[in-house]
Amino acid sequence: MSQSTKQSYAGLDGYEGSLGGVTRREFLKFCTGIAATMGLPAGMGMRIAEAAASPQRPPVIWLSAQECTGCTESLLRSTHPTLEQLILDAISLDYHETLCAGAGHQAEAAKKASMEANKGKYVLVVDGSIPTKDGGIYCKIAGRTVLEHLHETAEHAAAIIAIGSCASWGGIPSSGPNPTGAKGVSKILTDRPIVNIPGCPPNPYNFLATVLHFLTFNRLPELDNKARPKFAYNRLIHENCERRPHFDAGRFAVEFGDDGHRKGWCLYKLGCKGPETYANCPAILFGDVGPGAWPVGTGAPCFGCTEEGVGFTKAIHALSELKTVTPPVTYPRITEDKGQGVSAGAAALAAGIVGAAAGAAVVVASKIGKTSDAPPKAGPDPEQE
Amino acid sequence: MSAHEPVGGRLLTKPFMVFAVLAMIGFAILAARFFFGLGAVTNLNDGYTWGIWIVIDIMIGTAFGCAGYSVALLVYLLNRGEYHPLVRPALLAGLFGYTLGGMAAVIDLGRYWQIYTLFMPWYAQFNSIMLEVAWCVTAYTIVLWIEFTPTFLERFGLKNLRQKLSKVLFIFIAVGILLPTMHQSSLGTMLVALGYQVSPLWQTQWIGLLFLVSAILMGYAIVPFEGILASMGLRRPVEGELIARLSRIMFVVLAGYLIIRFADLIARGALGLAFAGDLDAVMFWVENLLFVVPLLLLVQAGNRSSPRMIFIAAISLLLAGSVYRINAYLVGYHPAGGGWHYFPSVPEMLVTVGIFSLEVVAYLVFVKKLPVLHRA
Repeated sequence: MSQSTKQSYAGLDGYEGSLGGVTRREFLKFCTGIAATMGLPAGMGMRIAEAAASPQRPPVIWLSAQECTGCTESLLRSTHPTLEQLILDAISLDYHETLCAGAGHQAEAAKKASMEANKGKYVLVVDGSIPTKDGGIYCKIAGRTVLEHLHETAEHAAAIIAIGSCASWGGIPSSGPNPTGAKGVSKILTDRPIVNIPGCPPNPYNFLATVLHFLTFNRLPELDNKARPKFAYNRLIHENCERRPHFDAGRFAVEFGDDGHRKGWCLYKLGCKGPETYANCPAILFGDVGPGAWPVGTGAPCFGCTEEGVGFTKAIHALSELKTVTPPVTYPRITEDKGQGVSAGAAALAAGIVGAAAGAAVVVASKIGKTSDAPPKAGPDPEQE
Repeated sequence: MSAHEPVGGRLLTKPFMVFAVLAMIGFAILAARFFFGLGAVTNLNDGYTWGIWIVIDIMIGTAFGCAGYSVALLVYLLNRGEYHPLVRPALLAGLFGYTLGGMAAVIDLGRYWQIYTLFMPWYAQFNSIMLEVAWCVTAYTIVLWIEFTPTFLERFGLKNLRQKLSKVLFIFIAVGILLPTMHQSSLGTMLVALGYQVSPLWQTQWIGLLFLVSAILMGYAIVPFEGILASMGLRRPVEGELIARLSRIMFVVLAGYLIIRFADLIARGALGLAFAGDLDAVMFWVENLLFVVPLLLLVQAGNRSSPRMIFIAAISLLLAGSVYRINAYLVGYHPAGGGWHYFPSVPEMLVTVGIFSLEVVAYLVFVKKLPVLHRA
């Protein structure tokens, strides 16, 4: 163990009281787990723990626009540690409409105070889509449109995270005919780098991991071309799906409740969007309850919630576009060929070979006496054979 | 000047043509195997992954090829120089047995294009018996060609080179005795990995020794077998005296083999299975009767000087060793899971016939064009 790691442990002991009831062991486990989620080396767990337990907890302002609170609900159900432990101890959640202790003008005042005190240092999280039609009058907080709130809060934010499909690209409120002109955060704040954590709801650990990455390294994780963290969204669901072998072998459920569906076969023909949706659902699952706890695992086709242009856009039972492999026209046999008995031709040939060899041996053996009695000493006769 | 000379004579004789046609049929089928895969040509399945191409072409083929090893053992290790006239024909048998066995291994490899990885040590898995066999057989095949090189050098009059080679040839002869001792026993030891799937009539910790001794026996048997056939076909005198003396050695080794074989069966309490009345039991008796027949023939001193009796004993021994290998790897092998069947397909057998025919064709070319056989 290196000197610096030892010091980190010692440092953490000092914060024992500030971990809000989480044991030191549980906290370190959580931080190491988060490091694993992001594919970081195990030792990074210590740095994450240090950052998360730092007395200068970074302030977070959480704006809610046209949303269903699903993202918040999902976060509330993260268990290692629970969200309240994270937001009370690791970050300073200065404003969140659902979780705020205060209400009304008191809450707005707290937000304003935090924004001024932490200018350029706070993290802005947005859930829900932003209505833009008619000046954005379809969603108002404290008498002002969310659009105004967003512009005002984003101006001095250190980082902006759009959580959920709605904040990422518009989500369900933006589905046709889109009466409110709903848009994602990145379509409005076009001059700022924004991290999208899409999903309906998103996996809480993808959000927590992104926040902790920012706290630990002071920069955002690597993003893909849709501004999603690569550690979570760089693989198709299809690639890590536990039903993938059924796809490759041509075993599909074609109707809900049919034989194939009951046997856990591939849901592609029921409209599963796994083959065109990038997310880590099959790898990290939901709800911390063990294997199979994700939509496809329970027999529900993926509807592509993390993928703009798929979730809330394509019909639920429409076939997905295959981005990697297409299923072949014919499939290899599933049954194992155990071989047949002797075929008539094979038996005849085997008998023929044995017979010919035996015959030749007998002929040779019978001739030996004659030749060995009078071995011809003369040169070989080319005509003889 | 060498004591060996080419037999000479016309090459395109009737037997030559017949065997050449058989070999060509085999190669035509092999073309299908390389285009359409093993499944299209053979009856192999996931239970029986080794068929006659392995068991006959490699196991039995290289055991036939032990002639070179067995005679070298006698001449160089036991210093019995009087057998020297037998060395070159025996080496030739070994050359063909091993070269064609190696060829059969490539044919039988599902992904034969990966074979080069076998010879890259950084890919090696040193706990694998297959690796040991593959390296050993390849090395021995190369050694056999080097040991046989003087024949070519003499044919083409390269005396200088021949003399230089003579100075280092003893190294290759030594290696040539070491290598078959290793892999002929390993060919049997591979069976141990199959565990309970092989009937206790054949599955034993002594299988390595039994395979080695039976391979040596087959190596000795091939010498009179080939010698007598050659003398008849090519109208040459039989090396009667030498073969008679060789047959006494054969007798001693054979008696030793049978003692080990049955002592092991009795010690393990497996002999009862020989009376079970099933196919395993029948084949067990066929195999061992074929071993006992030459023992009974050669126990009589009179028979040991009769080329005919030695010939019959040699054939019986060659068959016995062959049936032993077929029994151990195919008949007595019952793949886990049950319900597996294997009998070679017609094309599969034709390939094996083709490979052995190629051996005959090559033999005829070699003895007629190269100084292999002892001066008559």
